[in-house]
Amino acid sequence: MSKYMLIMRGTDESNAALMAGFEELAASTYQYIEELVKAGVFLAAEGLDDPGQSVVIDFNGAAPVVTDGPYGETKELFGGYFMIDVASKQEAVEWAKRIPAVTGSKIEVRRVAGDDEMPAFVEERADSETTGRI
Amino acid sequence: MDAADVEAVWRIESARIVAALTRFTGDFGLAEDAAQEAVAEALVSWPVEAPSSPAGWLMATARRRAIDAIRRRAALQDRYALLAAEPEAAFGVEEEADPDRIDDDILALMFVSCHPVLSPEARVALTLRVVGGLSSEQIARAFLVPVPTVQARITRAKKTIAAAGVPFELPPADQRRERLGGVLSVLYVIFTEGSTATSGDRLVRPDVAYEAIRLARTLAALQPDEPEVYGLLALCELTAARFPARTAADGSPILLEDQDRRRWDRSAIRRGLAALAKASPRGLGPYGLQAAIAAAHATAPSVEATDWDRIVVLYEVLGRVAPSPVVELNRAVAVAMASGPAQALAIVDELIASDRLPGSHLVPTVRGELLARLGRRPEARAELELAARLCTNERERSVLVRKAAALG
Repeated sequence: MSKYMLIMRGTDESNAALMAGFEELAASTYQYIEELVKAGVFLAAEGLDDPGQSVVIDFNGAAPVVTDGPYGETKELFGGYFMIDVASKQEAVEWAKRIPAVTGSKIEVRRVAGDDEMPAFVEERADSETTGRI
Repeated sequence: MDAADVEAVWRIESARIVAALTRFTGDFGLAEDAAQEAVAEALVSWPVEAPSSPAGWLMATARRRAIDAIRRRAALQDRYALLAAEPEAAFGVEEEADPDRIDDDILALMFVSCHPVLSPEARVALTLRVVGGLSSEQIARAFLVPVPTVQARITRAKKTIAAAGVPFELPPADQRRERLGGVLSVLYVIFTEGSTATSGDRLVRPDVAYEAIRLARTLAALQPDEPEVYGLLALCELTAARFPARTAADGSPILLEDQDRRRWDRSAIRRGLAALAKASPRGLGPYGLQAAIAAAHATAPSVEATDWDRIVVLYEVLGRVAPSPVVELNRAVAVAMASGPAQALAIVDELIASDRLPGSHLVPTVRGELLARLGRRPEARAELELAARLCTNERERSVLVRKAAALG
């Protein structure tokens, strides 16, 4: 078992499409979350505000430098996430495939690392984490 | 798609499919068999060609297998005629199924899997298999028993359910709460096995505990008006929050007082406290009380700063609501922390006099600790050595042996 973050990455085009069909998408998203809850795997979900409103803090110099965002390329911005608690990576992928996502957007599936996963621990990690074997 | 992908889809879909098939055929055993056949078929055909809708494929295939099975049963001929006359849509695959109906069916599935006609072991195996979507191999690994044992338990359980004529429905209102208690205790057994493995060489098996948490969350979603469901969920979340700090890198146990509390899972504690808040609209039940005790630990910055008086009171209430020798023993430990080892020893000695925990390593473990704190070293050592002999978990045993040796 592991926690996974399903990261929604939208493009300018998919974000525009999202806004156009927002109500319908919101309804199917609520339904999707309901399914996650009933399956006992839901932990959290949030959607982020317009990336144009973001602020970036840069730690390159002696003092942090604050600039207006968005961060990096606007091709595939981090727009929101679902946090789920599942038995295997395959299960996380299966849930990710069911996200009501707008055409053109992508979902990235990333495992949450435990704080015991320092290099010394990594080799010892039970294969249950990767295979979902109980 | 490989076996792991099939497994993942099955974990998500199994309860829904078995529930729908049971509703459709009126025969739980047949439904479960048909569902398993569909998975077996998926394991063969998906690696060659993955279906566009894996969930729909499983449901449709399982349904076909169920119809085949019914065809083979002369006794059900008339029922088959009835089914054959129904359009495909009657099965809820092709059309929008009523979500409330699905919820009730999954809930009914939980009640059937935890039915009192079954042995406790069968309830655990059946719940993990049909509601949790685990294979017999996974269940066998989780409980460290041979695969054929699990298979036999499940087969027997299905026969027992058929023989007893257990209906596929939610228990009537007057039995609902008692039957729900039965479901909760099965989930608690699964969780306990994961959080303090009774045997084997690992102290904590988070994957087993996780299955119980997942099922408890499902139950809470389907039975939102039952405080004790939240009580159990809170207990599981708050206990599991301590897992990251409970074992050292080499797998040896780290006791509560020595745990690095910064490594407790803060998000799990928050979820646990939120569930606990829902568990006490009108006082706490047995699971809620245990969750409240876990919360007292989870929110304390250290062992010294723990509200031991509150924990003693909670154990006293728990001892009245759900008396058990283990509760009594835990109360003794809390009393030792709140008001010293002498009072606690009296509680433990009373337990021994009434012989309510024969053969358990827990009694001599606690008694040995208390004697050591009272400076009665030779007696303490004898108790801890006895505890080590009785303990079946290798990790725990080595700690006991070390402690006994340290008492010289």
